[in-house]
Amino acid sequence: MYYSPTPLHIPDGFLSLIVSVICWVITVAILGVAVSKTNKALGEKQIPLMGVMAAFIFAAQMINFPVAGGTSGHMLGGALAAIVLGPWAGMLVMTAVVAVQALLFQDGGLLVMGANILNMGLVTAAIGYGLYRSVSGSSKGVKLGVIGVAAWLSVMAGALLTSLQLWLSGTSQLDIVIPAMLGVHALIGLGEALITVFAVAFIMQTRPDLLGEGSESAKGSRSWVFVGAIISLLVVLLSPLASADPDGLERVATDMGFINAGQSAPYEIIPDYTLPFLGETALSTIFAGVVGVVVVGIIILLVGRGMKAHS
Amino acid sequence: MHFDAFDRYHDKESFLHRLDPRVKVVVTIVFILSNALLPDGAWLAFLTAWLFLLLANHLSKLGLGYSLKRSIIALPFALIAITVLFSIPGNPLTTLRFITWDFTITDAGLLRFVSILIRSWLSVQMAILLVAVTRFPDIIHALEHLRVPAVLTTIIAFLYRYLFVLTDEVFRLLRARESRSAAAIGTRSGGGVFWRAKVAGNMAGQLFLRSYERSDRIYNAMIARGYAGHLYTLNPHEMKSRDYYVTAFAVLIIFLMQVIGRF
Repeated sequence: MYYSPTPLHIPDGFLSLIVSVICWVITVAILGVAVSKTNKALGEKQIPLMGVMAAFIFAAQMINFPVAGGTSGHMLGGALAAIVLGPWAGMLVMTAVVAVQALLFQDGGLLVMGANILNMGLVTAAIGYGLYRSVSGSSKGVKLGVIGVAAWLSVMAGALLTSLQLWLSGTSQLDIVIPAMLGVHALIGLGEALITVFAVAFIMQTRPDLLGEGSESAKGSRSWVFVGAIISLLVVLLSPLASADPDGLERVATDMGFINAGQSAPYEIIPDYTLPFLGETALSTIFAGVVGVVVVGIIILLVGRGMKAHS
Repeated sequence: MHFDAFDRYHDKESFLHRLDPRVKVVVTIVFILSNALLPDGAWLAFLTAWLFLLLANHLSKLGLGYSLKRSIIALPFALIAITVLFSIPGNPLTTLRFITWDFTITDAGLLRFVSILIRSWLSVQMAILLVAVTRFPDIIHALEHLRVPAVLTTIIAFLYRYLFVLTDEVFRLLRARESRSAAAIGTRSGGGVFWRAKVAGNMAGQLFLRSYERSDRIYNAMIARGYAGHLYTLNPHEMKSRDYYVTAFAVLIIFLMQVIGRF
């Protein structure tokens, strides 16, 4: 309707039951901790605040800026929510946003909501807050730089997780979905990074008390630095690995019993799938990536057009 | 903007509208779960599921095609599954020539692709129907009954309540930007991409502060009206015998779908 969806909202039917359930288990476990932490730490005053902040994230996703060729940049807001509200509250706020998008607008499915919350709410908040917390004592410039990197990485982490889930469900092919999703989201992530940095800079300037000492944002535990660093490292290491050597990743998944686990049809991903014309070269992988980028780009354009027509 | 600008609820007197929201939420989830469990190519079971959907549409008095009309939203995502057409080994059906490359569609690939689409299409229709016949606060209330933590349901309730207020705020910001962005025909106003991103970022920061301060005012207003950390509802939502019958009937049909899909 008024907001532009991204291909990170997986609809029902695209993830296998086993992958959906595993994601729900992880999401529920993390949310359980988040709920008990916020119940303990926050007073009754924080509940309306978090509610209005969830509406803020939802509304802020409608703020866009024209980039080129009719496309526009906007933000998901996971990193921003965690930075200004603290990690646990940020996660709950993002969960509410994803839940309402799925329940009210059918943007994202219900059975796969666990995966959507994990990709867009929990991982983005963990990276955003973890990296931000690591520079809590530094100057404003360093902070803003790190926030930009964190916001970009949070989108990449969401895209990487989404691709892995689609692949494990037997819905997409690894060597196409990974370069495609990561390629497009490397650009989307730039929009996210710019908006997040300028938004935080604006808040630092007008209400420094909200981010300074004693604020919810500064109260998060130092161990978030490790969590954020580990997830970022995984994203940075896994993305090129998955793009360059999908076979290796497939072998690991097969060994762990992931692939074929939840699939009813006898189904096998051809391990050395390449484009016939180019042969088994790096060029072929890159080309597959380019094809994927085009495909995902078309998805975004179509969805965007459709949304525009509606509003 | 009117408070229900985002609402998908259709106010009607129908069998489905009167059902307890818990029943509707649970049946929707079980239906979607069942779709995910059905094996590829279980056409008869897919057909049964679709007939079940038609029945639900009929009972909602919104018209047989109501959920169909709005179900297009999930279609663009189908492109992401398109690679299964070519990647699953099977008997080749047809080959598409794309410049110099041949993409061979296999029967197994086509089977899986179509099955993914049907599953998604059936599931999204049921979710569309759920919000069309249930008021959103009732859905939140049902979630509370289904043991979703109160913190989360309360945040969701606030999000729903203030969504249109903050959307109005965003529209004011966007209108202000628009009215300051005059440009001669054929030229673009303002600076480069970086500058435009800065404007958008400042707008997001501005929106954050306005929301933050608004939440303060809201909290004070709530305190003044006796808020003590819990939201109450005047709608008790009691399960009647009819609600139990409907749940049993729906679960039985969905179980039958599974039996049909597997034999």
